[in-house]
Amino acid sequence: MKNSVLDSKATQIAQPMFKKKGMLYFLKRDWQLYLLVMLPLIFVFTFKYAAYPGIRMAFMDYKPAKGYAGSKYVGLEIFKKIFQDKDFKIALRNSIVFNLLDLAVSFPAPIILAILLNEVKIHWFKKVTQTVLYLPYFLSWVVIASVMLNLMKPESGLINIFLMNKGLISQGIPFLTEKNHWAVSYVLIGVWQSMGWGSIIYLSAILGISPDLYEAATIDGANKLQRIWHVTLPGIRPTIVTLLIMNLGRLMGSNFERLVAFGNVQVVDFQYQLAIYIYEKGLGASNFSRATAVGLFQALVGLVLVLIADKIAKSLGENGLL
Amino acid sequence: MNKLITKKRIGFGDILIMIILTLLSLTCILPFIHIAAKSISSNTAVLSKTVYFLPKEVTFNAYSAIFKDGQLVWSMFYSVILTLVFTILGMILTICAAYPLTRKRLKGRKVITFILLFTLYFSAGLIPEYLLMKQLKLLNTFWVLVLPLAFSPYNMLIMKSFFLSTIPDSLEESAFLDGASDFTILGKIVLPLSKPIIATISLFYAVGRWNAFADAKYYITTKALQPIQYLLSNMLLSSSSDAISLAEGAAIQSTPEVLQAAIVLFSTLPIICIYPFVQRYFVKGIMLGAVKG
Repeated sequence: MKNSVLDSKATQIAQPMFKKKGMLYFLKRDWQLYLLVMLPLIFVFTFKYAAYPGIRMAFMDYKPAKGYAGSKYVGLEIFKKIFQDKDFKIALRNSIVFNLLDLAVSFPAPIILAILLNEVKIHWFKKVTQTVLYLPYFLSWVVIASVMLNLMKPESGLINIFLMNKGLISQGIPFLTEKNHWAVSYVLIGVWQSMGWGSIIYLSAILGISPDLYEAATIDGANKLQRIWHVTLPGIRPTIVTLLIMNLGRLMGSNFERLVAFGNVQVVDFQYQLAIYIYEKGLGASNFSRATAVGLFQALVGLVLVLIADKIAKSLGENGLL
Repeated sequence: MNKLITKKRIGFGDILIMIILTLLSLTCILPFIHIAAKSISSNTAVLSKTVYFLPKEVTFNAYSAIFKDGQLVWSMFYSVILTLVFTILGMILTICAAYPLTRKRLKGRKVITFILLFTLYFSAGLIPEYLLMKQLKLLNTFWVLVLPLAFSPYNMLIMKSFFLSTIPDSLEESAFLDGASDFTILGKIVLPLSKPIIATISLFYAVGRWNAFADAKYYITTKALQPIQYLLSNMLLSSSSDAISLAEGAAIQSTPEVLQAAIVLFSTLPIICIYPFVQRYFVKGIMLGAVKG
């Protein structure tokens, strides 16, 4: 309807000048819109797409001194080398394990939190809790890591002092300086950092559920848990699916800053993930081909995972992402 | 009648939920209160492990040591400027992309959207991007921290959804039929109605820039061009020379632990200052904008 009004107006103006609505016609009518959108387009082409040709390094024996022209193409040789590389295998294993852990713990947390927040009936309490819970998301990983390192020091950290004073432990727990403890702390700190922020999107989805459904459920004698199970969760299922797909795409990626911030000599066995591998082999050891190949592998696996998850979601009758 | 009463009554379940939420909130606040208390306590109190959530023997020595350190103060000032420039540019780019892409009459809208979003799902990777920066002669410049990240497809999506969901099509269409140009519609109708999302996205850009240090680690070696978070990561996380150099100058007044606490708070100050003001906007902004990630 609305479009037809627009079109008829457009036709009136256009009729005398153009017989067919070609690109020129739309350019003339909407030149201001095209002008606006040119600016971000120029940016992505200059700073993102212009880097794509560099991916060919993954198929070359790239020598920085010789440049592209002086380096030879070697086909899939680099990839073969990588898959025999012990460091790569460790980094790949760590990336997969920690991303799965993150997905298992960090993904449900904001959903649960949003449901809890939604059940709060006291307005000011809800507001204050929300404000406080969002805060960690706004702090840098350096700040979070230094605060946590301080709190979790085996000898003088607040948490260990507290536990020792209570007589629960006799020796400080090396939360961030022993690899198995580190794994748990690393994942939990991740949940803590993102949980509050992540809950916003689910809260907004819950607000979109019709109050009638809750009333009907209440009249039918459903208690709080039953209402959550039968009304709230189905109501936010599309949001959960969308976010799950997006998260699956990150299964290979890892947050470089988070890893750097929590890295130390004692935990390097677990902290050594693909982002660190790429940084160390690439910028550290100037092995550009190898770092590019791993980056390409990471990006492709991420892209494929998103596409597969999207297909599955659609075949299950969900909206999907793309 | 019965229904009204059950709605208002606070039962056991509600109390349990409130206890859980209170505990979670405390985990977000207490660590920072602890660090704040440490930063203004005396060395002896901190070393005796008796500072919990209240400072003991209050002293601001650590902070005065920070202000005496040229590098930290400069880095702070530099980061503020960097964040401002980055946020303004980011907002211009985001609005320039989001507004046209909500106009259904724009031909090629789908293709343009795809081009802008594709980089979100497939990035060239560290080394190709590093070489591109080198080729563009941006390594070790102020602009390498501004330009590559200035356009965020994710923020553009949020802003686009906000425009679509809160500004009625009819409003813009009638203005268009009245002969208003797109620039006028954007400036006079859309932007004035979009204050919450402008505040929200500005905050995202500003916080993102303020907190990021990976790009500085990749692209910057000149000391004077290092933003505060990168400096911080060198000072606090490793036993690099930076940590020692400041500690030496300040050793007379503060132990490394007190100084560390003060530096952490100092670098977070801008966020703590703007967060409460923008906070009331962003919940509304993200809720309306986040229809579909």
